[in-house]
Amino acid sequence: METKEMVCIVCPLGCKLQIEVISEAEEKYKVEGNKCSRGEVYGINELINPTRVLTSTIKIKNSHLSRLPVKTCGTVSKHLIGECMKEIDAVEIEAPVKAGDIIIENIVDTGVDIVASRSM
Amino acid sequence: MLDYDVVVIGGGPAGLAAAIEAKKNGIDHILVIERERELGGILQQCIHNGFGLHVFKEELTGPEYAERFIIELRELGIEYKLDTMVLNITKDKDLTAINAIDGLMYIRAKAIILSMGCRERTRGAINIPGSRSAGIFTAGTAQRFVNMEGYMVGKKVVILGSGDIGLIMARRMTLEGAEVIAVVELMPYSGGLTRNIVQCLDDFNIPLLLSHTVIDIKGKDRLEGITIAKTAENRKPIVGTERYIECDTLLLSVGLIPENELSKGAEVELNEVTGGPVVNESMETSIGGIFACGNVVHVHDLVDWVTEESRRAGKSAAKYVKNQLSSGCVGLNTKPERGIRYIVPQRVRLNNVEDTLNLYMRVDNIYHNTNIVVKADGKLIKKIKKIHLTPGEMETVTLPIHDLKEQQIREITVEIQKEGGINYGN
Repeated sequence: METKEMVCIVCPLGCKLQIEVISEAEEKYKVEGNKCSRGEVYGINELINPTRVLTSTIKIKNSHLSRLPVKTCGTVSKHLIGECMKEIDAVEIEAPVKAGDIIIENIVDTGVDIVASRSM
Repeated sequence: MLDYDVVVIGGGPAGLAAAIEAKKNGIDHILVIERERELGGILQQCIHNGFGLHVFKEELTGPEYAERFIIELRELGIEYKLDTMVLNITKDKDLTAINAIDGLMYIRAKAIILSMGCRERTRGAINIPGSRSAGIFTAGTAQRFVNMEGYMVGKKVVILGSGDIGLIMARRMTLEGAEVIAVVELMPYSGGLTRNIVQCLDDFNIPLLLSHTVIDIKGKDRLEGITIAKTAENRKPIVGTERYIECDTLLLSVGLIPENELSKGAEVELNEVTGGPVVNESMETSIGGIFACGNVVHVHDLVDWVTEESRRAGKSAAKYVKNQLSSGCVGLNTKPERGIRYIVPQRVRLNNVEDTLNLYMRVDNIYHNTNIVVKADGKLIKKIKKIHLTPGEMETVTLPIHDLKEQQIREITVEIQKEGGINYGN
């Protein structure tokens, strides 16, 4: 049976979790090492579908700076971050931009948009 | 001579929050002086998220957090000058400042708020031997180049120091296509948040080498490689553990120092441990009417706490201008004891505290299953159980002031006491 180890990041304690896959089909997992129930939820989510907010920059013209900070408006699967970066790198926009403006719609078919995180 | 009620030096998160709060407390004649070309301070280069969970109850990026305050400042009609450098301040609250439009300015303020932030420790501050080739940056400088100016600083990177900026830059450099070979940490533990170790290092399989340091730098024009070694308990390198790593870039994330050149000029008393001004409950320095807040006082790990502290400074400055701050009253001192590195504020005048007194502090090491013990004139007044304490996370102790006033307390001490063998882990 497969066991995965990870550090819980729900609170500053940083419990070392061991997650045993009992049955992937039935979504049965056994979490050990957690000191609270939130650790169990975190561990299982992190095992079956780890997600992250991605933040990066986009090339921008006609502004006082040459990069616009952006973020995913929501979380994307951790495994798609590399592909998201490729799409982000290929884009170039022109000022003015307002914080919250959509810069890339539905990045890598995740259903999540890339939005400007400042006005410029 | 220009006259203002409150002059705020620095337009980062601390200065913005302080100016806004002073305005909201009835002060109209405020000037914020910023030496950068825009407001927002360091937040503008911190494009990652995780800001604002306490102040706004949502997770924002640095620029988003800054923009909310910048918009509010503008809406309130608070005056600010960009690209402007304060050259000196005096204890009589006279300022000299300069910029390309107004030229040299003499400014008289009723109150001054110091919010100049901090600076990064450099290679010179930690004396790494070896060649002086290109390719060695402080992590914050690299962050600015990559996130704002659009310059990639290197391809094969080693990072010295595992504080949060070092960890964040490990991820950022990786995302932009660099190979981050390792994060090297002198101490046996990381000073960064666990969340950042997981999401910035583990996510990208970047090794964290604890109890290691950089002992040599090689390279003629550009950095070619560094030598690292394991360190013993006394933090000295161990002979025979040296390892050469080929790389073209070394980022340093080796600590921050409050920027207090101006404070020194005004003869503001500084604390040896924090490197920032000694302050009282109102964030007022040793000189009446000169206040300080944010990283210029002590380095914070969360901007939310900077905002909270700066609002207090802004409100107090407004009270000072309106003659509502009591200065003559009896006060008490706070004193860090075993296990505590420092406490802010260092002085407290209870008449100026509304109902509860918050003490902010940092521990000197990692502790498990201990108590934070607070004593008033030697008598135990509070004991807080702590499963986990780390120097990387600021601790807060809240005390009701009623009893302290009643008993005319003169000194509050805080220490760490080990809880023998009892496990509060569950």
